Amino acid sequence: MVKKRKKKLGKIRGFSIQFMPHSEIRPLNSDQRIRKVLNIVLGNNLLLLQGMLLPEEETRLIGDAMAMIGHVKNFKGIELAVVAGNNNDGFFSKMRKGLANALSGGDLGAVTIIGPATIVKEIKRNPKKIELLLNK
Amino acid sequence: MAIKIFRNFFKRVFTGIFRDKKEISLGFYGPPNAGKTSLANRICKDFTGEEIGTVSKIPHETRNVQSKKVEIEYKGKKIIFKMIDTPGIATKIDYEDFLKFKVKKKEARKRAKEATQGVVESIKWLDDMDLVVIVLDSTENPYNQVNITIIGNLVARKIPVLIVANKTDLKKSNIKKIESAFPDYDIVEISAKYGKNLEEFYESVFKLSKKV
Repeated sequence: MVKKRKKKLGKIRGFSIQFMPHSEIRPLNSDQRIRKVLNIVLGNNLLLLQGMLLPEEETRLIGDAMAMIGHVKNFKGIELAVVAGNNNDGFFSKMRKGLANALSGGDLGAVTIIGPATIVKEIKRNPKKIELLLNK
Repeated sequence: MAIKIFRNFFKRVFTGIFRDKKEISLGFYGPPNAGKTSLANRICKDFTGEEIGTVSKIPHETRNVQSKKVEIEYKGKKIIFKMIDTPGIATKIDYEDFLKFKVKKKEARKRAKEATQGVVESIKWLDDMDLVVIVLDSTENPYNQVNITIIGNLVARKIPVLIVANKTDLKKSNIKKIESAFPDYDIVEISAKYGKNLEEFYESVFKLSKKV
């Protein structure tokens, strides 16, 4: 007789992955963009954002996330990574990209991954791949 | 955003005119436990005999911005630097991480709270820097978004940046990885703990000071 073994799934907390096209944040100012991103992350969602935030917005996002630790229950911060194109492009290639980015309002070939630290344990990056390690 | 850029522009122009031009605000930025305070201590000790802060194996030992004026002499030239040692910038802080270092729960919670405030403070100070040294742990993966974000901010603010690969005395140290992560920058390899290659560090700082 074959014993049926129950599969143990362990604790899996509910979360969803949201993809947001850049057109969603393009008309917003920095405050609104950060608020929008944080609202999604605080709802236990992993956000895949087309394009990237401005460097100042990224730092403000980190600062605002830090300020929320201890004030929002179970919030421990965020994990953040930007997957962009090759940085070793030549001068003309960089110029062409810069012009395309200026016209489109951001590097649309890039993807920004933002998730709550309670769900995303680590985002491991190297030039060739990106690994998303989730908490159990 | 436009108002902020305008304000910063005027601040830079006016402080540039009225301030003693020889004093340069030199910030030490980077992830936690990269050796920012160790490097700042080494420099301060070499030129003043005193240290700027305490170091520890536990991350987020520096939780407040600390500064000290130091006159550095290199090859006959003297520059007064306001050394600004900042808390390590992180995107997440969990008090449970400190428990692994045998820190008591109450102390760990306090440390985590102070560390989050320290990160916010570090970010606020970015506007006040003339020159920034990014201290990276050469045994760790440099492809960390925090490093890229800080450098991106400094570039946007037109603040000169020097990237330092610390802990080169350790076997796991991998300079090539840092060089390939930041191909647009010269990387200075040092060991703050043993004072290794500080000559090259001073040379690079003095070279970048001309851009301030």
